Amino acid sequence: MFDEKLTILMTNQAQSNIKLMCIGKLSCIIEYELKENKMNRKYLASTIGRKQLIGVAGLGLSLFILTHMLGNLLLFLGDGGEAYNRYAHALTSNKLIYVAEAGLLFIFCAHIVFATYTTFKNRQARPVKYKKVAKGEKKTSWAHKTMMHQGIIILIFVVFHLITFKYGTFYSVSYNGETMRDLYNLVVEVFQSPYYVAFYVFTVLLLGLHVGHGLASSIKTLGFNDPKYNLKIERLGQAYAFLVTAGFAAQPIYIYIFK
Amino acid sequence: MSDKNLDLHLKVWKQDGPKAEGHFIDYEAKSVSTDMSFLEMLDVVNEDLISTGKEPIEFDHDCREGICGTCSLVINGEPHGPQKATTTCQLHMRTFDNGDTIYIEPFRAKAFPVIKDLVVDRSAFDRIIQSGGYISVATGNAPDAHAVPVEKAKSDDAFMSAACIGCGACVAACKNASASLFTAAKISHLAAFPQGQPERTLRAQRMVAQMDEEQFGACTNTGACSAACPKEISLENIARMNREYLKSNI
Repeated sequence: MFDEKLTILMTNQAQSNIKLMCIGKLSCIIEYELKENKMNRKYLASTIGRKQLIGVAGLGLSLFILTHMLGNLLLFLGDGGEAYNRYAHALTSNKLIYVAEAGLLFIFCAHIVFATYTTFKNRQARPVKYKKVAKGEKKTSWAHKTMMHQGIIILIFVVFHLITFKYGTFYSVSYNGETMRDLYNLVVEVFQSPYYVAFYVFTVLLLGLHVGHGLASSIKTLGFNDPKYNLKIERLGQAYAFLVTAGFAAQPIYIYIFK
Repeated sequence: MSDKNLDLHLKVWKQDGPKAEGHFIDYEAKSVSTDMSFLEMLDVVNEDLISTGKEPIEFDHDCREGICGTCSLVINGEPHGPQKATTTCQLHMRTFDNGDTIYIEPFRAKAFPVIKDLVVDRSAFDRIIQSGGYISVATGNAPDAHAVPVEKAKSDDAFMSAACIGCGACVAACKNASASLFTAAKISHLAAFPQGQPERTLRAQRMVAQMDEEQFGACTNTGACSAACPKEISLENIARMNREYLKSNI
């Protein structure tokens, strides 16, 4: 018996060795403790659980932003907005849109509620602020410090954005006898205002800053951080942020200048 | 040896107790040798204060060779001062210029209440360790050195994490006063070893729960902690902790 154990000990991998050595009792105690403490239920109450939820919701929103931006590129086709209107019509006439909108609203709210709560908790963690702020390598970047403020401006923008477009003036247009909303007309009309264009471009730049940090940070929060890939992940975040910002910002500028 | 001496203006946080209001007091440090460490400079200032019957500045220190993690101080907004991979006791005055104004503040966090002046109570870290920073071992004779083989890569990783001296600079540097880097270093250090496997799940659960209970903030992955860390503990540890914690919940 002893010989048997010894052979296994010497041949197996480190992990299985220790399982053998750390008598079964120990794991029983641990499992019992886990059940007793009901720790699993506290996941969303923990800082890490909350951050992971914010991250997952943020990744979901990033995906939405990307598809939204790509869809909007139809504005550039120069067909008087037909493709754009048809795309919008196809989306809104599908019954599944309610499910998608509800889901989007849910993750949007979850992201905001949990992020706001976490930010306030974070502020409470340092009641007395430092007189001097770090300047050198030990400083925290401005973009990281203002995630909350960026988020607030983006939220205000989203509300305005929905009022202006989704719930804005309803123009009609017919293509081959099919009547649908002429969203393109509204877009061109709205973007005649230099103020709206400026507000739009400003927010989209902030959005780029927000998702640029958010994307890379979410991946780390979810537990992935490997020096081999870190630079690539950072670059992915930056590339994504640039793509979204450039894609969105080009639209009002193009319409303001050319339409 | 340098024969250059510095005259410095210090603005030091003075606070009588945890509940008392703190404020900055100006001190002049005259003809400070550039070969002094930051703490030696404070020693000289304190000797002057004592000899003139004034109350000295309270600050934490112990080994003065950068390995114990007792010294603290936020110098001009930077934990352990401007130099990377350095504890305050190993920070030399040659880092500063003649006539500099230096703000000296305690590590600021709700979980690190000020005891007096620049001395803060870091026992929150001890409680995090107590909650799960241990492994179970069979008592009796010392085990054979190679009874449990450890892969080289894992052992290297564990050593990198184990370099943490628990000084609390990560908390001081973090905009959220988060203890993530400290807790993560301890969790990943033990999770890397076969000896740490039996309590792996429980450890992640308990240490994270304790960290939250002490009212440290959450991690925003800014990397300020790692930059301020005198032992350069990598941010990877935090991702490892997040992974361990997520796994422990599944």
